Amino acid sequence: MKTLYDKLWEEHHVTQLDSGESLLYIDRHYLHEVTSPQAFEGLIKKNLKPWRLNANIATPDHNVPTTRGNNFNSESITDEISKIQVVELDKNCNKFGIKQFDIESNKQGIVHVIGPELGFTIPGMTIVCGDSHTSTHGALGCLAMGIGTSEVEHVLATQCLKVSKLKNMNVRFEGEVDRHVSSKDIVLYLIRQIGTAGGTGYAIEFSGSYISSISVEGRMTICNMAIEAGAKVGLIAPDKKTIEYVKSKSFLDADTFSQAKEYWKTLKSDDDAKFDKEITIDVSKIKPQVTWGTSPEMVLNYDESIPTVFDTTDENKKNIELARDYMGIEDETKLSDLTFDKVFIGSCTNSRIEDLRQAAEIVKGKTIASNISEAIVVPGSGLVKEQAENEGLDKVFTDAGFIWRDPGCSMCLGMNPDQLKPYERCASTSNRNFEGRQGYLGRTHLMSPLMAAYTAINGTIGDPS
Amino acid sequence: MKSNSEGLIIDGMVAYLDRDNIDTDQIIPTEYLKSIKKFGYEDYLFDGWRYKDDGKLGVTKEERIIDENFILNQEPYNKSKILLSRDNFGCGSSREHAVWALRDFGIKAVIASSFGDIFYNNSFKNGLLPIKLDKTEIDFLFKQTHQDTLELSIDLQKKEIKVGDKIIFFSVEQHLVDRIIYGLDDIDITLKEKNKILNFEKARAIEKPWVFK
Repeated sequence: MKTLYDKLWEEHHVTQLDSGESLLYIDRHYLHEVTSPQAFEGLIKKNLKPWRLNANIATPDHNVPTTRGNNFNSESITDEISKIQVVELDKNCNKFGIKQFDIESNKQGIVHVIGPELGFTIPGMTIVCGDSHTSTHGALGCLAMGIGTSEVEHVLATQCLKVSKLKNMNVRFEGEVDRHVSSKDIVLYLIRQIGTAGGTGYAIEFSGSYISSISVEGRMTICNMAIEAGAKVGLIAPDKKTIEYVKSKSFLDADTFSQAKEYWKTLKSDDDAKFDKEITIDVSKIKPQVTWGTSPEMVLNYDESIPTVFDTTDENKKNIELARDYMGIEDETKLSDLTFDKVFIGSCTNSRIEDLRQAAEIVKGKTIASNISEAIVVPGSGLVKEQAENEGLDKVFTDAGFIWRDPGCSMCLGMNPDQLKPYERCASTSNRNFEGRQGYLGRTHLMSPLMAAYTAINGTIGDPS
Repeated sequence: MKSNSEGLIIDGMVAYLDRDNIDTDQIIPTEYLKSIKKFGYEDYLFDGWRYKDDGKLGVTKEERIIDENFILNQEPYNKSKILLSRDNFGCGSSREHAVWALRDFGIKAVIASSFGDIFYNNSFKNGLLPIKLDKTEIDFLFKQTHQDTLELSIDLQKKEIKVGDKIIFFSVEQHLVDRIIYGLDDIDITLKEKNKILNFEKARAIEKPWVFK
C-alpha cells in the first residue's frame, strides 16, 4: 500500500506538531558557502550549537574559481566578496567542528557530487542542503530536498525539518533508448511534457525498465532535475546497482554494511502502492533534447524549429515572445541554425566521470569549431578530476581545444569568474536556462554532455550519430 | 505571544508582472548571493529587469542605469506592498535571498496562480504572504490592472481580498498565517519537542547505526 516516499517519511517521523506539520529527523545535512553564513549567524545569536555534529558535511563550491592550480587557499581568491564567503565557511566549520572538504582538499567539489562519491549519501537517509539540487541524492533511495537558509539554521539547531507531507507521483520510463540519448535527454523530455510546475507539491519516484537499465550516475542526473519539473523531491528505489555503487564508496565496516544492505533491499514502493499521479513515458522514441528558451520546459528535439507566437495558445504567447526576444531568436529558426559562442561541460547535473567519458568520446581526435571562443570542462570534484586524468580524458579535451578546469559549480550559475558575456550563446550541460543565469544577458541552451561536445566540435547543434 | 496587528491588513496599489515562471534567479541574481547578511537586498530585487546595466554587490541604485519602463521603477508602483503575477512564481533555486529582496523592497504579499514549493515555504519564515488564486481570478485581477491602477485590501484573518465591491477568498493553512501575524520562531517551537527528538535519535542510532557513522 505504501510508496517509497511514504516509507521514508514514516521512518523519519518524530512527531506531529499542533500546527499539523511534522518534525522529520534529518540524517545528513550538506552545507556550502552561499546559503549557510546567515544560518550560522542565527545559531550564534541564539547561543545554540549544531545538534549532531557528524550529520554535517561542508564544502565550498558555488564561488570557487576553477583556475586554481597548486598551492591555492581561501585567501588566494581575488574576488574580495567571494573570498569573504569562502573564508566565512572555513571559520564557521572550524568554530563548530564541522567536517569540511575545503578549497585545498583534493576531495572538494560540488556538494551533490562529493556526497555520494565519498560515501556520505547512503540509501534510506533523509538529506537536506540549502540548495534546490539536493534532489540529486534521491537517486540512491534517499528522501532528499533543497531548503532555504532559515531551514538550514533550523536543521543545524534541531536535527529536524518542520514540514508537511508531499503528494506521491510515479513517473515510469519504459523501453530502450537510442545510443545517443542519455538520461539528461530523458529528464528534459519529461519537463517538456509536464512543465516546470508539473511536479509542484509532489515527491516524484522514477521507475520502469529504463531506470533499471541505467547507471547510478545517470539516475542522479534525472533526480537532480526533478526540481526543474517543480518537484523538490525526486527518488529512485535502490537496487543491486545502487548497493554496488554504495559499497564501492563506503567507509562502513563490513558487518555494518551487510546489516544496512538487508534494510536497503526493503526500500521500494509496494506493488499495490497508491500514487496520486502516475505517468508512463515510452523512451524509445525520444531524440536528443535541447532547450531553446528561458525556462527548462522550453525544450525541443535537436532537429526541430523554435516555436513562434503563431504556433501557441493565447495564454502562452507572451512567454514565447519574451523568451524569443531574450534568446535573440529572429524569424523562423531551427535549433540547428543557431551559432554558438561557448560550451560548458560541468554542474551538479553532468560533471561526473561518466558524463566526461561520453563527451570525450565525441571530442577525441577532433578540434573545436572556429566560432567557439571558449569551451570549458569543469569536473564535479577533485576525485572526478583525478579519475579523468588517470584515464587521459583531460588530454583528449585539451588536444581538441577545450580548457580543463578545477572543480566547482562554475558557469552553471556564474558566481565565480566563469560567466557568459552579454548575448553570448552557450551549449551547456547544466540545469537552468533562466535569464542571466550564466552571466548578464547570456543565452543558455541546456543539453546532454554528448550534445554539448558535439556542438563544440560542429559549432552548431546537429545529429550526434 | 505578541500580535503584530499592523500585519493583519495589507492594502494599496498592486504592482504586476504579467508572465509565468518568474524564477528566483530573476527575483535576485546570483551575484547578490555573495552577501553574508540577511538584510539589504532591496536595490537588487528584479535586478536584470530593473536596470539597463550589469550590477555588482555593493554598487548602489544611484550608480545604476534605471529602466524607466519597468513597473517597480514607476510611481506609484515603486511603493507597492502587493505584487501580482501568474503561474509558478518563485520556481528554481532555493535561495531565501529572493524572499529577503521582496521583503526589503517593501512587498508584503505576492498573488499568483501557483508558486515554487521552496519559495512558498521560505516566504512565511520572513513575513511575506504568498496567495494562491485560481487562474480565472488572476485573469480578473490582470484585467483590472489593464483598465486602471488596481487597489486591493488583503485581510489575513478573514483570508479575503477586497477589490472594489468584490471579495475574493483565498485559502492558506492557518499555522502559516499565524507565523506571519505573530512572528513565531520555528526553532523555539521545535525545541519544545527536544525530548521527543532525543528519544527518536537514540532509538534510530541503535536500529540504523550506519546512519550515525
